[in-house]
Formats: sequence, C-alpha cells, structure tokens
Amino acid sequence: MAEGLAVEHEHSHPALQHHFDNMEQQREAGTLGMWVFLVTEIMFFGAMFFAYTLYRTTYPAAFASASNHLDLTLGAVNTVVLILSSLTMALAVYSAQTGKRRNLIICLLLTIVLGLTFLGIKAVEYRDKYVDNLIPGQLIPGHPFNPQVQEHGTPYDKHKLHLLPGATVKNVEMFYWIYFAMTGMHAVHMIIGVGLMLVLLYLAWKGRFGPEYHSPIEISGLYWHFVDIIWIFLFPLLYLLGRHLEHGG
Amino acid sequence: MKAIETFETPSAARVNYINAQYGLKSWLLTKDHKRIALLYLGSISFFFFIGGLYAMFIRLELLTPQGDLLSSTTYNKVFTQHGIIMIFFFLIPSIPATLGNFLVPLMIGAKDLAFPRINLLSWYIYLLGGLITIYALLAGGVDTGWTFYAPYSTTFSNSYVIAAGLGVFVSGFSSILTGLNFIVTIHTMRAPGMTWFRLPLFIWAHYATSLVMILGTPVVAITILLLTFERLTHVGIFDPANGGDPVLFQHLFWFYSHPAVYIMVLPSMGVVSELIANFSRKNIFGYTFVAFSSLAIAVFGFLVWGHHLFVAGQSVYAGLVFSFLSFAVAIPSAIKVFNWTATLYKGSISYDTPMLYALGFIGLFTIGGMTGLFLAALAIDVHVSDTYFIVAHFHYIMVGGALFGYLGGLHYWWPKISGRMYPEGWGRFSALVIFVGFNLTFLPQFVAGYLGMPRRYHAYPPEFQVFNVLSSAGASILGVGLLIPLIYLVWSMRYGKHAEANPWHLPGLEWRTASPPPTENFVTTPIVTWEAYEFAPPEETRVVGRMREEHGIGD
Repeated sequence: MAEGLAVEHEHSHPALQHHFDNMEQQREAGTLGMWVFLVTEIMFFGAMFFAYTLYRTTYPAAFASASNHLDLTLGAVNTVVLILSSLTMALAVYSAQTGKRRNLIICLLLTIVLGLTFLGIKAVEYRDKYVDNLIPGQLIPGHPFNPQVQEHGTPYDKHKLHLLPGATVKNVEMFYWIYFAMTGMHAVHMIIGVGLMLVLLYLAWKGRFGPEYHSPIEISGLYWHFVDIIWIFLFPLLYLLGRHLEHGG
Repeated sequence: MKAIETFETPSAARVNYINAQYGLKSWLLTKDHKRIALLYLGSISFFFFIGGLYAMFIRLELLTPQGDLLSSTTYNKVFTQHGIIMIFFFLIPSIPATLGNFLVPLMIGAKDLAFPRINLLSWYIYLLGGLITIYALLAGGVDTGWTFYAPYSTTFSNSYVIAAGLGVFVSGFSSILTGLNFIVTIHTMRAPGMTWFRLPLFIWAHYATSLVMILGTPVVAITILLLTFERLTHVGIFDPANGGDPVLFQHLFWFYSHPAVYIMVLPSMGVVSELIANFSRKNIFGYTFVAFSSLAIAVFGFLVWGHHLFVAGQSVYAGLVFSFLSFAVAIPSAIKVFNWTATLYKGSISYDTPMLYALGFIGLFTIGGMTGLFLAALAIDVHVSDTYFIVAHFHYIMVGGALFGYLGGLHYWWPKISGRMYPEGWGRFSALVIFVGFNLTFLPQFVAGYLGMPRRYHAYPPEFQVFNVLSSAGASILGVGLLIPLIYLVWSMRYGKHAEANPWHLPGLEWRTASPPPTENFVTTPIVTWEAYEFAPPEETRVVGRMREEHGIGD
C-alpha cells in the first residue's frame, strides 16, 4: 500500500514508471494484476471444463472409448516435460532474485526448450488424429470426421476406434471437439508463454534483472505455472478417466 | 462560500491534460487515463447513436399493427442489432470506461491507472470489436436476437452470426482489461490516508463492477467462441442434432449476461450515491451498508442466472432455488434505495441537473426492480415470459437506471472533464423531457405485455395499438430529449463558462485539483485527512483549514 510514501522518487530505479511512487508499489501492482488475470483465465477455461463434465456424464461410454484412443505415452511424456519446465521456471525466478545472470539465462533457455518440446509432441499427437480422420466436423475443410471403427473379434489396430457398448461415433466426435478446444486453447497459451520467455531472455541477456528488479520474471513465472496447472487437470480428464474400461468391453 | 481547499490554484493559462499536447497522434497514442476516457466517450456516443437509430425503426414499425415498414426478417435484424449495439458497445462500457476511467485515479489520489498501456489497449480492442460488428451489420446483419440462442444461431440462421459473435467476443476483452486495471489500481494506488472506508462510494461500486467484469466476461467469451466454431465446423456441443444441449448454451450465456446487468447498473448506483450525498450536502446515510451492498449485488448477481431459464426446460427444483435467490438480490438493491432516501432527509437539497437525474434514477430503478420481483416469481414469469412486460422491465433498469446514472454523472463531472460549465437551464429542461419521454415509452409496455403482447414480432393484434402509439410517441420525445444534451455539451466545450476547480463546493479529492486537471492529476501527492462526504459547517471547515495551513498539510 502507498501509505506514508508521499516522498517521491527517492532513488528512482530506471525501470520505475512515472505513475508509481516506488518500486515496491510497482511490483505489487504487477503481481496483483497477474493474479487477477489468472482468475479470468480460470473462468475462461472453467466454461469448457463445465461443458466437458456435462457431456462426460451424459455420454460416458463414448467419452471413455474416445479417451482410450488418445496416446497415453505421449500425453504422459508431455506431462513430465511440463512439470520439468515449471522446475526450471522456478529456478529462473530464484536466479533472478539472487542476481545470478548466467543461471537465469540457462534456466530461461531450458524453459523455452521444454515448452517447445511440449508443443512439438502435441503437434505429433494432432497429426496422428488427422491421419485417423479424427478431426471433428469441418474443422479442416475437405477432411471430415470419419474414423474407422474396430470390428469385434478382429486383431487390434491402433488406428481404429474401439467403441465400448453404448458409444456412438457421433458422441465420440463430441469428445474430440472438446479435446481440440481445450488442448488447442492450452497450446495457444503455451505459445504466448514461450513468446514471453523469449522477451525475458533478451532482457536477461541485456542484464536488466537483479536482486532489486526481477518482478517481470516472477510475474511471467506465475503465468507459466498456471498454464502448467491447466494441463495437470487436462491430462487425467482427457487421457486417464475410463482407461480401466479399455479391455472390459 | 469557498470552504474547501484545493491543492492547486488554477490560473487561466495553465497547462492541463487537454492542452498539454496537440495533434491526432498525441490522442491515439496517449497513456493518460483522462484522454482515454474521452476516446471512449466519443466512441460509445457513436454506438449509442447507431443503437438509437435502430430503436427508432422499431418504434416506427410498431406504430401500426400490420408489418408495413419492415419485413419480418428486417425487423428481426433491427431489434437484434439494437440489442447488441446498446448492450455490448454502449451500456457495458458506458460509465466504467468513461467516467470510471477518468475518475478512479482522481478520486483515490493516483497519477494514473496501474496499467496505462493496457488501458489504451482496451480502447483499441473495443474499437476492433466494434469494427467487426459494424462489418456484420453492413454485410447483411444478424437476426438471432442479442442472446444468440442455439441452435437457431448455430445452425438455422442465415445471417452474419459469426462476425457479430466475434465482435462481441473481442470487445469482451476490453471489458476484462478495464476491470483488471480498476481492481489493481484501487488496491495498490490509493493516496496516503485514503483508507478503504474513506473511498467515495463511486469507487466501491466500480470495484464491485470490476469483479463482475473479470469473473463473468471470460465465460461469455468462450461460449460465443464455441458457438462461432460450431457454426463454422458443423460439429456441436449446443445443437441437439449433434447430441449437444441448447440449454447448456443458455446457462453459460446467462452466467455472464445476467451479471452483465449489474455491470451496467452498479456504476450507475455509484454515481447516484455521489450525487445524492453531494447535492443534499450531507454525509451518505449508512456508508458501510451502501458500500457492502455493492459487493453483495456483485456476489448475488452471479447466483441468479437461472431465472432466465424458467420456461426453458430447467428442473423445477433449480427453478425454485433460482427464484428464491432472485428475490434475495433485491435486498441489497433495496438497502441502497432506502439509504439514498434517508440521506435526503433534512438535507440541503439543490435541484441541479445531476440531482434531477439521480432522483429520476431512484424512482425508475425502483419500478424496474419491483417488476423484477414479479419475474422472479415462477408462476407470474410463465405468464409474462417473452412479452413486452420483460421488455419494459429491463428498459427501466438499463435506461431508467444505467442511462440516467450515466447522464447525471456526465453533467456532474462535466466541469472537471471539459473545464467548462454546461448551461444549467437547458440541462434541467432536457432532464425533464427525457424523464417524461422515457416513462411514456415504457410504462404502456408493461400493460401491453401483461395483456399478452409478445416481444420480437413486427406485427401484432390491433387491440394493442393504443399502447404502441403511446410508446412510439414517448420514444420520439425521448429521442429529442437525448439530442439536447448532445448539442449543448458539445457547444459548452467552446462557449461554456469556465469552470472553477470546485464548482459544486464539495469535499471529494477530484474537486481539489484544477478543472480540467493537469496530466499528472495532482501537483504533489495529496494526503487525505478527511472522511468521504465530510460536510462540516463552513465556519468549522475554515478553522480546520487554518490548522492545516499551520501544520503545513495540504498546501
């Protein structure tokens, strides 16, 4: 709070903007701003989680069948990649606070690499879905949703959709629609996050951050962790729930 | 009487935020919250004019029972576009983006909002959303109703739903950014001594509004985005033909769009709290109750959306709960009305233009709120759903409430914004014309609706004609009434009497700097040593003022 800070710009830092009294106030405003922004993000994703919950309970068999068709290995690897990137992000914040410029640059670079790895694996998954004709509706013109369904008793084919009893192809399409909406929106956030990291990397290279000024790293870290947490919810909801039914039907 | 000290002595050749810089670039790239407020003022006035044109066509068409002026398709587009423009591009940004933008930093003693660049960005996002919507209107229009109900919007409508939806989606982010900026500013940028309970009630109202903006808008954003994609890709979560649920759309839509009513009316309540206290020259009755009732409205406002689904196949038990909660939200609103009237009691009331709007607000908002209780009652709601009763009810809240507060606030702070006085005689006259025109327009609609006239049709049975003729006559009076302030406010910017720093002799911080304020708002950071609405007798203020001078405070 600003109480008792009527004396302005005692020893003003070059990064202090004109409308703030001091660095402390500027840091507080920036941090609170990011938290408020993350609240809006929760509401943004919240509407999709709500739609997911509704249709998961309405069409449990179709959702389990579609979920089983997702690539568990790639999803799990991606989860590990993101958790690691959160670790390197946290280390980046620590390095900035303690003024270790070299470590800060290394940690930011690692975060970027891990973020890009995640996006790359996600792209591979999307490509697999494209090959299996699992892109819903006319999302890609001329390439409609048209999966091959595994006949009962035929040898297992990983490109074919194994339908549990009670599941219809139409409702599987609904799952893929929600899957692409949620993971796609998450990927957009990842891309923005990598962009942020690149800007921070440039500024860190220029030596802008140190023990007395590191709030951009902290604030971007909040964003990065938030995007990770969204994935931590997406992974079990989309990939894991209903796995036990895979061979039961 | 000149009892209240200012922090700066105004002089004629003083540099202020308007004449500090010249040129188009200095406006389009400004980071000054006061200039951004003026940019918003210009753009929302433009959209208000377009929305008003559509209203004019609606009232002309309904003058006769036959559908003679507009075809049913055109009529559908006209009322849809009236709704979309007025709600998303006028009412939602109206008070927060103009008066709020201008006054939040001034009232709390800050130099600017916490994020000036984001503030400017929000205006550009608003403009972009507006341009996309205007494209939709010019390309062929949209006919779904402003509610975009699925599956009509996703599957059957042959109009520009995608463009209009994207326009609304984009403009939503400007609202989110404004709310975010206000919350952070109010938390972190208050001047020394400006404690939470010294804040003007305008600030409390904007804080509550911002909460609704940041919590509600993202939900409608993603909903409209899903709807747009559903229309684009023909796969659906809202269209029952694809296994989707249209009631899900209604839930998600009203989860934002009911609280959006409070985005429109809460800032107006903040303005009215200022006006009632200041033009009665009395401390507001029950400051904490009025402050917390704003927060209560914001919270309860999020729990009542289901009353829009009473006839949409919602479960009976959900209907009961939503009905009860909708009654509950009337309590904090009533607290405000009672506290305003109690403030008037034994006050030294002056009937200047802003006060006329404030008193009009109390009456019209009470009518709008009470008829809202009719609609919260399950049985009556079934009878009047989708009739003109609803139309009249929400216009009493949105026009009688939100617009009256906006106009009252605009007149009240006009000397601060423009540095000029508006012509008081014309101001009072137009306030009366607007009040009469408004009531003549919408009171008959309550009756027509209760007798069963449905909304959204271009033709109607002849027995309803008398109400519609009254309504159209009232609308033309209302239209003229709204043109008068437009003319004299523009006129006053050049020819009005120069305003002094504190023309109303009030204690608020915004009146203690020059009119118009300098770019940095206050020459030195103000130190707040008084309570909100502290009207001491003149002699006493002078003594306190002398003591402050002796101690070197507030010079």
